[in-house]
Amino acid sequence: MEQSNNDHTALVDYVLHLADNNLILTQRNAAWCGHGPILEQDIAITNITLDLIGQARNFYQYAATLIGGDATEDSLAYLRNERSFKNCLLVEQPNGDWAQTVTKQFFYSVYQFLLYEQLQKSSDETLAAIAAKSLKEVTYHVTWSSDWVIRLGDGTTESQQRMQQAIDNLWNYTGELFEPAAYENSLHQQQIAPAIATLQPAWLQKVKEVFAEATLTIPENSFVQTGGKNGLHTEQLGYILTELQYLQRTYPGANW
Amino acid sequence: MKTIADHTIHQEKINQVWQLLQEVCDPEIPVLTIIDLGIVRNIFVDDTEQLVIQITPTYSGCPAMDAISVDIKLKLIENGIQHFKVQQILSPAWTTDWMSETGKAKLNAYGIAPPSASHLANNTTPACPQCHSNNTKLLSQFGSTSCKALYQCYDCKEPFDYFKCH
Repeated sequence: MEQSNNDHTALVDYVLHLADNNLILTQRNAAWCGHGPILEQDIAITNITLDLIGQARNFYQYAATLIGGDATEDSLAYLRNERSFKNCLLVEQPNGDWAQTVTKQFFYSVYQFLLYEQLQKSSDETLAAIAAKSLKEVTYHVTWSSDWVIRLGDGTTESQQRMQQAIDNLWNYTGELFEPAAYENSLHQQQIAPAIATLQPAWLQKVKEVFAEATLTIPENSFVQTGGKNGLHTEQLGYILTELQYLQRTYPGANW
Repeated sequence: MKTIADHTIHQEKINQVWQLLQEVCDPEIPVLTIIDLGIVRNIFVDDTEQLVIQITPTYSGCPAMDAISVDIKLKLIENGIQHFKVQQILSPAWTTDWMSETGKAKLNAYGIAPPSASHLANNTTPACPQCHSNNTKLLSQFGSTSCKALYQCYDCKEPFDYFKCH
């Protein structure tokens, strides 16, 4: 009985982790709505973000059914505190300039693609269905973000320098994507979650290919900042949640 | 225990609902019905004698799904059908392969280039739905809705939407 309780907790944590990654990146990207560098790219980043929030909703709805009781997709997004969020640190990092935004999206999309490619084979049918559905969308995100990394990296002196700065700012947060939390290890044993560490070589290879074409380099600093998957976040997340959750915290149950 | 008579009654009702749903249009591309789009996946009667209409989203974040559910409900209620539910399913994932040929022709006439797998395979661009020239270029992979990309025709210079392969 205790074992099955632990399994249940691990599954809930994992589904929330998948949902939170998307929700927090959504909240970051959504800040570009109406502020994109040109109209087509304003539309592109918000369309990508619409995919991400749709995927997040599917995960939150599943988490709510697993948790039961009063839990809903809204309560999970709007009423949990910072320490309950299990998103990776990468997605909560500031948008910075367009270079930093597309670099963050590129790192995340390549990771998401490799993860969902495996997750669609999960023994958990709901996770497999969400992953298979999302994978088609993420394929476009990988193409779009790769194109931008190349365009700016292999662009002007300034765009190249800004891209390299963005990579230097974000690189320390990429290692966490592949460092499994306890719940990922436990679910891997049940063939629900992939062994996330095994996806790192393919991720690195794709990043290196795109960087080579973009004349960008991987930083030598190999320090890995972790914590997000277990609720230990950078100072960024508190501010994000303050804005994201303000309405429901101030006017509980407010509806359109 | 269901009798053959029950089964026939069910089948008639199911056929009637398929017919009725041909009158429900996509809220964002009103020239297409939800049948043309392949959104309606299955209609059946469950163990509790309830009619179940299963629909699948085109994209995870498609904001039209709630509107489509409401439109289906209204259409069925208007036609005296009761005791039914509309259920969203994710698997198998929606694909543009499910779009009907009629649907593709209607899209093109409406000014949106229909999806075609051959563009991906042959690295070509869709023909302009206005002047039918093949001399077109991609402006952005993301267009006015999740399901579309933005192209421009070099000959007539008009920009146009392309319904992405998915």
